[in-house]
Amino acid sequence: MTGVLALLVALVGALVVQRSSRFEGGVLGLLAPLAFGTTLLALWEILVVGYEVPMVLLPAPTAIANRMAASAHILAQDFTQTFLKAVLAGYIIGCGAGFALALIADRVPFLRQGLLPIGNLVAALPVIGIAPVMVMWFGFDWQSKAAVVVAMTFFPMLVNTVTGLAAAGRIESDLMRSYAATHRQTLFLLRLPAALPFIFTGLKVNAPLALIGAIVAEFFGSPTIGMGFRIATEAARLALDMVWAEIIVAAVAGSAFYGLVVLAERAATFWHPSIRG
Amino acid sequence: MRASAALPVAVVSAGLIAFWYVAAIGLNWQVVADMQARAGAAPGFGEMLSLTLSHNRPLLPAPHQILVELWNTTVALPVTSRRSLVHHAWITLSAALTGFAMGTALGIVLAVAIVHLRALERSLMPWIIASQAVPVLALAPIVIVALGALNLPDLLPKAIISAYLCFFPVTIGMVKGLAAPDRLSLDLLRTYSATRAQVFWALRVPTSLPYLFAGLKVAVAAAVVGAIVAELPTGAQAGLGARLLAGSYFGQTIQIWSALAAAAIVSASLVGLLGFTERVVAQRLGARAG
Amino acid sequence: MAAIEARGLSLTFTTRDGPVQALYDIDLRVEPGEFISLIGPSGCGKTTLLRVIADLEHPTGGEIRVNGTTPGEARLRRDYGYVFQAPALFPWRTIEGNVMLPLQIMGLSKAARRERARQQLALVNLEGFARKFPWQLSGGMQQRASIARALAFEPQLLLMDEPFGALDEIVRDHLNEQLLKLWAATHKTVIFVTHSIPEAVFLSTRIVVMSPRPGRIHDVIDCDLGAERPLEIRETPAFLRIAQRVREGLRAGHSYEG
Repeated sequence: MTGVLALLVALVGALVVQRSSRFEGGVLGLLAPLAFGTTLLALWEILVVGYEVPMVLLPAPTAIANRMAASAHILAQDFTQTFLKAVLAGYIIGCGAGFALALIADRVPFLRQGLLPIGNLVAALPVIGIAPVMVMWFGFDWQSKAAVVVAMTFFPMLVNTVTGLAAAGRIESDLMRSYAATHRQTLFLLRLPAALPFIFTGLKVNAPLALIGAIVAEFFGSPTIGMGFRIATEAARLALDMVWAEIIVAAVAGSAFYGLVVLAERAATFWHPSIRG
Repeated sequence: MRASAALPVAVVSAGLIAFWYVAAIGLNWQVVADMQARAGAAPGFGEMLSLTLSHNRPLLPAPHQILVELWNTTVALPVTSRRSLVHHAWITLSAALTGFAMGTALGIVLAVAIVHLRALERSLMPWIIASQAVPVLALAPIVIVALGALNLPDLLPKAIISAYLCFFPVTIGMVKGLAAPDRLSLDLLRTYSATRAQVFWALRVPTSLPYLFAGLKVAVAAAVVGAIVAELPTGAQAGLGARLLAGSYFGQTIQIWSALAAAAIVSASLVGLLGFTERVVAQRLGARAG
Repeated sequence: MAAIEARGLSLTFTTRDGPVQALYDIDLRVEPGEFISLIGPSGCGKTTLLRVIADLEHPTGGEIRVNGTTPGEARLRRDYGYVFQAPALFPWRTIEGNVMLPLQIMGLSKAARRERARQQLALVNLEGFARKFPWQLSGGMQQRASIARALAFEPQLLLMDEPFGALDEIVRDHLNEQLLKLWAATHKTVIFVTHSIPEAVFLSTRIVVMSPRPGRIHDVIDCDLGAERPLEIRETPAFLRIAQRVREGLRAGHSYEG
């Protein structure tokens, strides 16, 4: 019975997806992904409830929704601790520091040539492993998680800003030289605006990194609140509905954060071919 | 690395190491001073310096302390020993590589499908892009617990998490790469009445290689992170993540840093290997040398 | 005082494939108010010569004086305006903003900047487009805007590096006419690099034919077609004679090796 229902839903869903794939962009363009997501949700609910899948394996969407409503205050607390404190503080400091060092390295070409390969190398390392060290230095509270976020967001921002500052065209740089512009004038009038697309790439890459960094840092030890802490402890207690509830909050927060950065990018780099289309 | 870049890198690296030593001295000073005071000793400045750099529970170990610990737990131990870092690194590496292989395979298959089937592109791509904002690693505990209930070998849940982290950069990179050929080349093949498969192998695949390798490098680093993080929630006994956790529980800072160094070496080697492969492949396909 | 005076000017680049002599023993004297074209095949050094005058490259031999002083001094005094092959407008600034750029660097007040920009845009017939962005304009209009920008701070010397090379012939003719009118009205000294023989003959008072390897001056041709030059002048015998002489000079100096 369950199997038949699931099959029907899958078929209907596939059909809707197929039909709505014609539309490109605008409100109608959202039909295909929405249809896909809805079908998936429906299938999930049907299969989990119908086959009585144990909650420890996969809770039903309705069970998760109920849990979110019931534990809203806990979710809010965790969100404040992890996102509003650790993520935001770490993101601002990490990106700011990366940007500042890039500006300094800009003035000293030797420093820039040495830093860029090193920055690229470090960006590939599991920087998140530094979390236990940060706990040792800054304690169990959100500050140590923010420190992890700083470490993770610093290098991508540094590398992207340095690359961006080199992006101004040869002709445009000659133009500024022909105006006898000072280094500062050239930086503010040409090189920083030309670097904005790269800077925003760094900001966009860092947004999800910051969230992941803060959450995983909490796996290493945290006071009794925080999204990572909650996920780890509830998973250990096999209360997977709560874990999924936290994940959904994290996903929504992450998407909203990323969306805000994208909006800022659109406003600041309206002139770039990739934005104006 | 070009020869001209080697000197600045060497100088900056030397500067960073020097800075590290100064920081180690600074951070460990208070702890060592307290310890000396409790023991009733009052060492001179020079002795304090050497004490801060050889403390066995420092706030910040000096680089040589980490190197010594690395040596002691790798070369100086048989590989099969439970304390050997090589043993732990292998546990993490095997999970990471398995996940990398699975994730890459899935990513490539998905990318090929997305590029050729419009319905898949329209319905799936937005979700794939949106999911990049979701903290994937936060799912690690769920996967571990759920799969743990199914009684699978330890490697598999970790590999699945790594695979999940890998498949996004590979898919995105491969889709971008397969769709990258310019209009002119595609039109040229149309004038030859080339089939979709011929276009795929003759044009799309070679064009996509740089994008694929860029995605692979990000993916392999992510796979290592995934394997390490996956060892955390259930308090695994072996692996680099487990070593990190154990070190943090028992306040063994040097152990933490040497595990970190080992993880860094593993990641860097994998990325370097991929970079080398990329250069070899690119040269065989006629790319300019350097 | 001559606008440009070069004596035995040389420039050798050191490249990975060995030294390249971009300029060899250049002797040239340009009086104020002249319109000089530098014409020659690729590698003859015409752009390099222009860049040396602009202090964007440094000579390795000989001497050169711009407005009686070194090119570096002339640059710091903002004696010249440079127009590149591409418009090089900043896409994040409006057309007006782009024309105001040099004035902003030189420290003029906002009101003064806006006024001057308006004047220059009117001079190149782009008044209605002040608030538009560069990508909203055609190639020809963008290049006009870049000329307006070069004129914004009213330099006496204008250096132009194949400014119309990327445009189609109709637009090119139109812009040639406009440039000539501009020059006649403002009496500036213009050094104009081009590939096109008709363009060189149409615009100039003197044509410098250059040849490559090493880059040197092959011939200097006086172009005395008078101040009034409608486009039709390009079919007259006098014009064709000068064009023929330019063509011979180019052919003699041209080589098809590598």
